Amino acid sequence: MTLTRTITTADTKGRIPRADRRPMTVRRFLRRYLLGIVAILVSIVVFIVPFVFIFLTAAKNPQESSLLEFSLPQQGWYLWENFLTVLQTRDFILVRAFVNSTILTVASVAIMVVLAAMVGYVLQRRKSRWNHLINFFVLAGLIVPPAVVPTIWVMQGLGLFKTMPGMILIEVTFGLSFCILLFRAFVATIPRELDEAATIDGAGPIRLFFRVVLPLLKPVVITVIVVQAVAVFNDFTNPLYFLPGEANATVQVTLYSFSSQNLTEWNLLFMDILLITIPPLIMYIFFNRQIVAGMTSGAVKG
Amino acid sequence: MTSIAERPREKTAPSPRAKRKSMKSMYPTWFYIPSAVLYIVLFAVPTFASFYFSLTRWTLFDSTFIGLDNFVTFFTEPMMFQSLINTFIYAFLTSGAKVVLGLALGVLLTGAILGRGYLRSTIFFPVLVSTIGVGVTFKVLMDPFDGLINKSLAAFGIDGPDWLTDPALAIYSIAIVDIWKGVGIATLIYIAGIVAIPQEYYEAAKVDGAGSWKNFWHITLPLVRPATATVVLLSLIGGLRSFELIWAMTRGGPGFSSDVIASVVYKQYQAGFYGLSTAGTVVLFLVVAAIIIPIQYLLTRRQVES
Repeated sequence: MTLTRTITTADTKGRIPRADRRPMTVRRFLRRYLLGIVAILVSIVVFIVPFVFIFLTAAKNPQESSLLEFSLPQQGWYLWENFLTVLQTRDFILVRAFVNSTILTVASVAIMVVLAAMVGYVLQRRKSRWNHLINFFVLAGLIVPPAVVPTIWVMQGLGLFKTMPGMILIEVTFGLSFCILLFRAFVATIPRELDEAATIDGAGPIRLFFRVVLPLLKPVVITVIVVQAVAVFNDFTNPLYFLPGEANATVQVTLYSFSSQNLTEWNLLFMDILLITIPPLIMYIFFNRQIVAGMTSGAVKG
Repeated sequence: MTSIAERPREKTAPSPRAKRKSMKSMYPTWFYIPSAVLYIVLFAVPTFASFYFSLTRWTLFDSTFIGLDNFVTFFTEPMMFQSLINTFIYAFLTSGAKVVLGLALGVLLTGAILGRGYLRSTIFFPVLVSTIGVGVTFKVLMDPFDGLINKSLAAFGIDGPDWLTDPALAIYSIAIVDIWKGVGIATLIYIAGIVAIPQEYYEAAKVDGAGSWKNFWHITLPLVRPATATVVLLSLIGGLRSFELIWAMTRGGPGFSSDVIASVVYKQYQAGFYGLSTAGTVVLFLVVAAIIIPIQYLLTRRQVES
């Protein structure tokens, strides 16, 4: 089962592959260490430098940051000052944006998880002739690009356009397909006998699902929460279309509008990028395994 | 409390029919309803409506039917037609590069190599960073004069190109950043695929005297097909629909040289040409369907045969 595989990005156990127990030849030595050292150096230049650049620029004063040098701040560290300044910019718009993004992320992921788990569960358990059709729609939801303006038209008709509840429902709808696929695959690993036992003990369908099945889905629920939280938090296109306006700005939209306006204050812009990068970084540090499991599902079975 | 007393009585003599009914209703169909309502109202209805509205001049309040005019505009206006070509270039370039680099890195990072855990985490992290943040950062790094990339190249005596300001180069520069951001996910998918290959194949090959190159061509490459299918499909779907990175880095500029379908859709929406914008969505839909459906069919069919 793809989901139960544990492909961690950080191998803590440090298993030594079988091939390595053989005596070390020059060629093997070169292969293991030289290649490794080259790979590490390349990775530092390609992947680490851009992030260090963000951090260093965010720590400089305006004059020094405008040089866009890759260097330690010569004129002192302004990390805290820049942090406070960027929060106060345009009447604390960034603070509001963080509040909005948090509401959007928490609400939409919570709804998404419950709804998708319900669908994935019934879809896996109940064999009916409609299953093919439902699976087709789930896949279509993953592939088909949303029709933007007609969606706005529908939302306007329902009074949901430019409102936070509307935006939450949009994120739920567009994220459902991915979650349903994960849940359906995981429900298959839970024995049916459990459902029958619970029913014989007198549990109705709602109790069976919320009290028996949902707790057993915990590993995949965590995966879905983490992956979708990062996706919704980082989403820019949907808030741009469906939630315009200063009061409703999310962090990504705020970053975009900063980048097109304050062209001279690079330190503040990069402080903003730094702040926006921190939530995914925290998620990655704590939920590394779940993120990887969610994103590589389907790699083995296609 | 009373319910406890009642329950055994219900259970003692269930008629066969009642039992079958209760077994069936263990998995109630209404569990679909909330999701189905959202899906239909906010996804299916707009998608079907887009086919009609793409044939109209539309102000959101009233629409005039104008036939295929919007599509004619889309395919004859050079800047819009360019966006169609750019979409293909961008999608196939990023997808191809992610397959090749992802597979190479996947093989490298499943072998015995120094700093394997560090390398895996480092390559993957950009996947989780906001696309807008990455776009803004690389816009600065790719600045022709002040940018870190061209300054570093100058230190080696190389005259760096105008990454984002040269119309002939802009779309490729954005594609490079897209690959930088997305190669981590491709690598992880390939790692999962390679790890799943049974070790016996390699042991048998060793008995037959196969070297590592032969191992790669005759064992790894054929057996990671499911991973390749996933990488190709995911990166093509993402590449054809991509908007955020391009918008953050060039907004389709300079001129219209790095516009893709999704950015034209947004520009026409901003300009108030809702019918034309919707026609763009329909074109994007058709392009995605025309590319993804055959590829998915091809990749999954071959898998069944083998």
